[in-house]
Amino acid sequence: MWRDYLFARSVDEALELLARHEGQARLIAGGTDLVLQCQRGECSAQVLVDVTRIPGMERIDERDGSIILGAGVTHTQAASSALLRLRAPLLSEACRVIGGPQVRNVGTLAGNLVAALPAADASLALVALDGEAEVASREGRRWVPLSEFHAGVGLCRVDPTSEVMTTLRFRSLGSDYRAAHERLARRRVHALPIMNVAAVAAVREGRFADVRIVVAPVAPTPLRLRQCEAFLEGRQATPEVIREAADLAASLVHPRDSLLRGSGEYRRALAGVMVRRALERVAGGEQTGRTWT
Amino acid sequence: MTVNGRPVSIEVEPDEFLADVLRDRLGLIGTKIGCREGECGACTVLVDGDAILSCIYPALKAEGRSIVTIEGLTREGELDVVQQAFVDAAAAQCGYCTPGFVMVVRALLDRNPHPTEAEIEEALAGNLCRCTGYYQIKEAVQLAVERLGAGGGAP
Repeated sequence: MWRDYLFARSVDEALELLARHEGQARLIAGGTDLVLQCQRGECSAQVLVDVTRIPGMERIDERDGSIILGAGVTHTQAASSALLRLRAPLLSEACRVIGGPQVRNVGTLAGNLVAALPAADASLALVALDGEAEVASREGRRWVPLSEFHAGVGLCRVDPTSEVMTTLRFRSLGSDYRAAHERLARRRVHALPIMNVAAVAAVREGRFADVRIVVAPVAPTPLRLRQCEAFLEGRQATPEVIREAADLAASLVHPRDSLLRGSGEYRRALAGVMVRRALERVAGGEQTGRTWT
Repeated sequence: MTVNGRPVSIEVEPDEFLADVLRDRLGLIGTKIGCREGECGACTVLVDGDAILSCIYPALKAEGRSIVTIEGLTREGELDVVQQAFVDAAAAQCGYCTPGFVMVVRALLDRNPHPTEAEIEEALAGNLCRCTGYYQIKEAVQLAVERLGAGGGAP
């Protein structure tokens, strides 16, 4: 376990505390994943730097057509925010099915991303929303597209021993956009997903546009089905087209056999079914999340 | 921090968890430790009104916050309306999970005095009970809701 636990009052102070401990320190936000990792001996940090008291870490705003979120927004805050429920129900619904209520009260969006599990619900929604994360380091600040954020199971392009994720943002969806989140798990609540699908698209004069489909866990990172998205672009939102896209989706994924989640063959078929359901709801104008058991 | 309304000033180790500080240093053993990995909900306490899992909550996070444990619900020997409802609905068998359940229900009713059945189920989803099968617990919540609607306190 760690030998020191420090609170940063600003992003600069967090960066300085991390730098001072030269790789021996790492950030902690809610800690609902990190504490367990430390208890299992999977985290060697000697010093934890808590960022949850930095002002602005919990903001939820809309500005210039974008939704702006502090990286320390908790899942409960995201799920209950009136702004997000109205403007980004995909994200608020995804946050509502993470863990149990006590975990959602503490766990943060940044933590969900940095833990970098491929099927993390909030991460999947943020990838489908074409989100970006602002990352501060001693060299300055940069925006990382979330589609390039994940680098493998538990790995990402932010180094929590030297960098701080400060803000998340994504373009607000226009009124012709729809989004759907489909989730299958062994139980309705408090269970990791067997499979998760998030889909976002505009439907203009009956045709799909700007389609984004994310499936997980079928690879070490959340998987954007770009070929499937390209296939749908400009096509009529009809049951036939959706079925064809779903078949294409199933052919594009190669999930592993898993004792927890079922065989690869089963989950490949499942990907087709869940992409079809998500697209049907996008085409039909529904906007909410749905969990299957 | 304040614990159950009382200011508490205490030095803790950097890697201590709130559940251990409450139990071992403050003697508030009503908070139970079940799984120690954030699965079972037995260790639930309120921090600034939010239900959290105290067995994986670094104690230092509680600095300056208001903590409420199961002991803090009882006033002058009288049970809280939620506790009394659990007794009357026979919602406890071995009782180990009960303080955690009572705390999440208290947090729910503080925010939402008229929850739907779905909202009750959602609030209870982070707590495990291996005895009751949950039905009596749900009945206890509904009983507490009725009594609160009928004018508050314990009967």
